[in-house]
Amino acid sequence: MKKTLITAAVAGIMAAAPAMADLTFTSLSYRTGPYAANGIPFADGYADYFTLLNERDGGIGGEKVNLVECETGYNTEKGVECYESTKGSGALVYQPLSTGITYQLIPKATADGIPVHSMGYGRTSAKNGEVFNWIFNYPANYWDGASVAIKHLLDINGGDLSGKKVALVYHNSAYGKEPIRTLEVLAEKHGYELTLLAVDHPGQEQKSQWLQIRRERPDYVIMWGWGVMNQVAIQEAVNIRFPMENFIGIWWSGSENDVLPAGDGANGYKALTFHNVGSDYPVFDDIQQYVVDTGKAAGAGDQIGTALYNRGLYAAMLAAEAAKTAQEMTGSSTIDAAQMRMGMENLEITEAKMADLGLPNFGPEFKVSCENHGGNGFAAVAQWDAASGEWSLITDYMQSDQEVLAPLVEEDSTAFANEAGIEPGCM
Amino acid sequence: MIYREAGDFKTSYVDDNQTFPIRFDRYGYYVALLIAFVVVPFVVNDYWVNAIFLPFLIYAIAAIGLNILVGYCGQVSLGTGGFMAVGAYSVYKLMTAFPEVSIIIHVLLAGGITAGVGVLFGLPSLRIKGFYLAVATLAAQFFLVWLFNRVPWFYNYSASGQISAPEREVFGVAVTGANTAPWAVYLFSLLFLVLCAMLARNLTRGSMGRRWMAIRDMDIAAEIIGVNPLTAKLSAFAVSSFFVGIAGALFFAVYLGAVEVGEAFGIQKSFLVLFMIIIGGLGSIFGSFAGAAFLVLLPVLLKNVLVGGLGWPTDLAAHLEFMIVGGLIITFLVLEPHGLAQLWRVTKEKLRLWPFPH
Repeated sequence: MKKTLITAAVAGIMAAAPAMADLTFTSLSYRTGPYAANGIPFADGYADYFTLLNERDGGIGGEKVNLVECETGYNTEKGVECYESTKGSGALVYQPLSTGITYQLIPKATADGIPVHSMGYGRTSAKNGEVFNWIFNYPANYWDGASVAIKHLLDINGGDLSGKKVALVYHNSAYGKEPIRTLEVLAEKHGYELTLLAVDHPGQEQKSQWLQIRRERPDYVIMWGWGVMNQVAIQEAVNIRFPMENFIGIWWSGSENDVLPAGDGANGYKALTFHNVGSDYPVFDDIQQYVVDTGKAAGAGDQIGTALYNRGLYAAMLAAEAAKTAQEMTGSSTIDAAQMRMGMENLEITEAKMADLGLPNFGPEFKVSCENHGGNGFAAVAQWDAASGEWSLITDYMQSDQEVLAPLVEEDSTAFANEAGIEPGCM
Repeated sequence: MIYREAGDFKTSYVDDNQTFPIRFDRYGYYVALLIAFVVVPFVVNDYWVNAIFLPFLIYAIAAIGLNILVGYCGQVSLGTGGFMAVGAYSVYKLMTAFPEVSIIIHVLLAGGITAGVGVLFGLPSLRIKGFYLAVATLAAQFFLVWLFNRVPWFYNYSASGQISAPEREVFGVAVTGANTAPWAVYLFSLLFLVLCAMLARNLTRGSMGRRWMAIRDMDIAAEIIGVNPLTAKLSAFAVSSFFVGIAGALFFAVYLGAVEVGEAFGIQKSFLVLFMIIIGGLGSIFGSFAGAAFLVLLPVLLKNVLVGGLGWPTDLAAHLEFMIVGGLIITFLVLEPHGLAQLWRVTKEKLRLWPFPH
């Protein structure tokens, strides 16, 4: 009895690795836990785009895509388990959608030779591709986000922020702490006063932070939140009657799930984004035809066109384009992780390319290079209209303050290189 | 038939007092050690080590530590996560401040520092007991996590507040950092676990352990027969925190490599380790192993069966996993309130009579 149990257990644990397939992409998703509300649409978008490619085009360059999904629950230990259990299956790129897990994977994936694409999250200084050969964070990173948020504030204040008070409400983790350095440097440059308000995981309790905001009356509040923290923060802001148009979230605090619970009160709330919103693109007709109507939509299929669904779709699109680039460079349809890395490093997204894919004007144009793994740092501001229940872009894509950010990236990546004993250079 | 003490004669007190007095147990123990040290390192791969063995080995050390405090000395503690964080941050500060010193010494020192912190937070146990003490240790949990988040010195002023383990070697073989071989980290953690378990076993059956158990069973009676509650309770806190600190140090340096304190060492870690010893069996070293194995292996097993084997959606599997693990915990505790260790004990009693029960 005991023996059969042990045998069954061993067989069960061994059954982890799926069969080797043509092009394997992994999705370290989280559909459970306090961050599920945000994790589900992203994972759905990511999966649906690959399903679309398989159904419509027969995969990428003639090779079917095999998407392996693994549930992390936004938990780093489970993330490690997911990484180890999927890396043997020939995974081409990891997109963990968690800054904490990204930090874990940076050394591991570098040692294993598998690229990581932390799109708009993760370690900002991974932009320096000479130090972080295997890590990519194009098209924009947190410091870009912080800078663009301040740029937007400058715009609406006629270019002068001196004497203004800006509060940062942030998730008390590696993710939330990322923008602090940039905001501090920018505070010196533009003369605003910065207040830092940390919110502990998972962020359901924010009464004291918002009480402080009510007392100190900052002119603007910037938020670095995720999961349930966003909804609570926006509700609290409504409760203290904070003017919504002065409240700006990072791109991870700008989904429908975050604003809907606050109802009409959330009208006017702003969030950054590095891609366009809505479902008014040709690709969505294809998704309807090939994915939804055939019953192959991921999850419940009710997220299509939401902000985070679009971001998952965008992430999958960038991964697929990088794979295509790699296929063109190597001249073979099957690629491995090292060739995928090459494809990512030579990825160029142009308007013509996006229009071809049915996503005209969906995101900024950018070109990845060995020195610059982070794109050009363009982002726009979206605003929530509670009456119509839609996000809409209210600005053009703006570039972040490169003259401030470049030295910061240089400084942080050099520190990492020294600490880890890396000799910077292209591969 | 094979498992019995008949014919196994002891002719000295040393023989009679050994850890495994029954020959079959003893051989089983030797065989287990032999397999763990000689066979497993040759067959493990990255997945087995990082997903199964490392968490099991490290949680087992933490469970042994907490078991000394809760199971042997009767002082309920909810501060395990915080004390693990002390171990992790100590080893990080030591590793980065003294790169030339061996990581083994750093891990032991981290345990020592945690022991000191443990004694400090153990002081209230002299006045308060039971649930009230649990609340006091809960304060330690929150305070320590807040401290490591708040004071940048602890994370060397890094922008993100994350700590990352640099590469360190033992006899020329990397055991921390990215370029580690699976067998190396496995053996490194196993070594600490075996040493901790032997130390704990011998402490708990010596005079110190007897003092702890006297305090646990009735502190007033213990005081009357001459047990000093001050030294007994504080030594339990010190020894327990020492083990928990080692576990925290290994958890950060060897297993995860990069942690942020709120996520890795939050209150749920304290509960997890407490559940391990409750399910495994309070006041039992074997129970610590069994509980750690149960709570580390079962979720991985369920995930692989449901997602890998049956191909279910990951979210459904994750939710079912919670329900099944929760259901099994309740079932086990209803069937055997004293945990897996007691189940094992009963099995052994039955085996000794088998196949001819009275």
